[in-house]
Amino acid sequence: MAEEKKTTRKKIHAADRMNRIMADYFYGLNEAATTGKRKVAWCTSVGPAELLHALGFAVHFPENHAAMLGATRMSTDLIPEANAIGYSPDICSYLTADIGAYLKGITPLAKAYPGIASVPRPDVLVYNTNQCRDVQDWMAWYSKRLGVPSIGVTSPKNVNDVTDAHIDDVTRQIEALIPTLEGIAGVTLDMDRLREAVALSRECTELWKRVLETAIASPAPLTFFDGTIHMGPAVVLRGTREAIDYYNVLLAELEQRVTDGVGAVDGETSRIYWEGMPVWGRLRQHSELFANLHSAVLASTYCSSWIFPSFDGSDPIRSMAKAYLELFIVRSDRYKEEYIKGMLEKFRIDGIIYHDAKTCPYNSNSRYGLPGRVEAETGVPSLVISGDLNDLRCVSDEQTKTNVEAFIEQIAEGR
Amino acid sequence: MSTPIFVGLDIGSSRTKVAVIDAGHQVLGHAVRKSGTDFSATAAACLEESLEMAGSPRDGIASAVSTGYGRANVAFVTTQSKTEIGCLSRYGRDRFHEAITIIDIGGQDNKVIKLDGDGRRASFKMNRKCAAGTGAFLEEMSLRLDIALEAMDGLARQSTEMVKLGSYCTVFSATEVLENIRNGKKVPDIVKGLFYSVVKRVLEMDSHAGRVVMTGGVVAHNPYIVEMAGEMVGRPVVLPEFPQLAGAIGAALYALDETDPIGIRNTIPAGETHG
Repeated sequence: MAEEKKTTRKKIHAADRMNRIMADYFYGLNEAATTGKRKVAWCTSVGPAELLHALGFAVHFPENHAAMLGATRMSTDLIPEANAIGYSPDICSYLTADIGAYLKGITPLAKAYPGIASVPRPDVLVYNTNQCRDVQDWMAWYSKRLGVPSIGVTSPKNVNDVTDAHIDDVTRQIEALIPTLEGIAGVTLDMDRLREAVALSRECTELWKRVLETAIASPAPLTFFDGTIHMGPAVVLRGTREAIDYYNVLLAELEQRVTDGVGAVDGETSRIYWEGMPVWGRLRQHSELFANLHSAVLASTYCSSWIFPSFDGSDPIRSMAKAYLELFIVRSDRYKEEYIKGMLEKFRIDGIIYHDAKTCPYNSNSRYGLPGRVEAETGVPSLVISGDLNDLRCVSDEQTKTNVEAFIEQIAEGR
Repeated sequence: MSTPIFVGLDIGSSRTKVAVIDAGHQVLGHAVRKSGTDFSATAAACLEESLEMAGSPRDGIASAVSTGYGRANVAFVTTQSKTEIGCLSRYGRDRFHEAITIIDIGGQDNKVIKLDGDGRRASFKMNRKCAAGTGAFLEEMSLRLDIALEAMDGLARQSTEMVKLGSYCTVFSATEVLENIRNGKKVPDIVKGLFYSVVKRVLEMDSHAGRVVMTGGVVAHNPYIVEMAGEMVGRPVVLPEFPQLAGAIGAALYALDETDPIGIRNTIPAGETHG
């Protein structure tokens, strides 16, 4: 067969700057842990990072590390290490990959950042179960192993409307963390610093939202695959000035693309919404798969999960509670359906792909009939692909490829 | 100049199928071989065989389209490739002029495809990363039982008391089969149980709107499976002529579309069975 010209998504120039600030972040963490100049907190990705920043902690996010294990395709070999000590292959493969990496004494940080030997040793572990119970078990293992306290927030789940009662509950739980964290940090919480951190998170989140919403343009200037990479600062540097500075630069580049009519994918012919986690070890392949079909995966629930419109510097703790509760993953199916329908309309989506991640039921919204209901109400066709965020043993590349190609064919022929 | 012909090549994980059609959508020639390890060579051999059957010279090929796992491995296809789902849909749209559900049982993929009344693909589903209920399942069981694949249909029809297998997993099903042998169950009853397992797995993938049509090599060689499916869905299930070639014919129809974009026929070719 004649050699086809490969289409790849366009490079975002701001990525170089992002790589530098991410490097600074990891070296800063390493310095804190190795010199003892700053205390280190491990925090779940939508845990109370603003509080930790205000108390002067250097903050490490195990989920970010686990995603790196996935993206570097190290995870599939590490997961069995955790399985061998009793963690099922069916539970969160972020958890099993990260614990496996610890057991083996390896980290992708060491390869990416010369001079870093390991993840930073924590002084405290802080979780929020708004995403799943697995994060609490994840921290519990390290707590026992390393002899450091694990504290956190237990969130309600399947919330339809976030009520004052929900917010009161989580607010009290966040407040209850403070004395322990103050004791470990050796400082008293400065409320002005917390207000500032929350205000910075709000600014970060607003910029990130504007970045993602540039994809409303046609052609879309960025894809889901860009988003999964460029949300790094929103995840690990939320509550800091660096993240804001970065998103201003990124936003300017993307807005220029919109002005110039430059799409991330050449010849965009279909616009796809991605529901669920990325397959971290297949980001490039999936990006190329869609780009070669001139299909732009331009919006997602996942990347939008780092938009927290409720952060309010004037009411920091309560607004943190509200922001963490309003997360998509916390919400009821009724809410999720309405949210997805709104996204399909906003981004003028031609088709929606649900990634059914084997080890992440909380981020797999294809298991209780939601795709069928959304399709029936919107007429937007859907496809469910089986896979996983980190465990590539659960991924079938050929079946994914055939499914995606057939889906894009279906969309094209439906017009 | 020879009459133009259109070629579809379906290079599957198990078998390679080639169909040659004319501008009137009639199948003139066809061939099926094990795909083996050299997809290109197998496809070339199938092409020669089907051209010979069609009585057409190679230079009569107006266009060729490939599909299946090996669709990118066919050196002489210079036009395009399509997915099996697309080709099966194209086939269904050409042969049936109503809303149908196509159930295709392939070597390692099962597919359920729904076409609306206009022949448009409304939805499709493939099996997950699991070969339960596929041709590979039957091949594995034939090896375990040391029964020729072609003998299974006849054996299943002799069953008087079917053995039901409960496992979702091919390997565990094999263990269940061995257990039943140890317990003195008759081979025809076990084989019927295997067929039932295949039908159940594929039917439970999706609902079945409209007329149900079954395609693929498994049903081509084991029509009893189609009868069982009919009993389970509560209405006759269609086994078209050339069920194993459906994807290849669909690919050939795409090839024809390239030269005749409005060549979607409104008549049913003679010889096609509509149940």
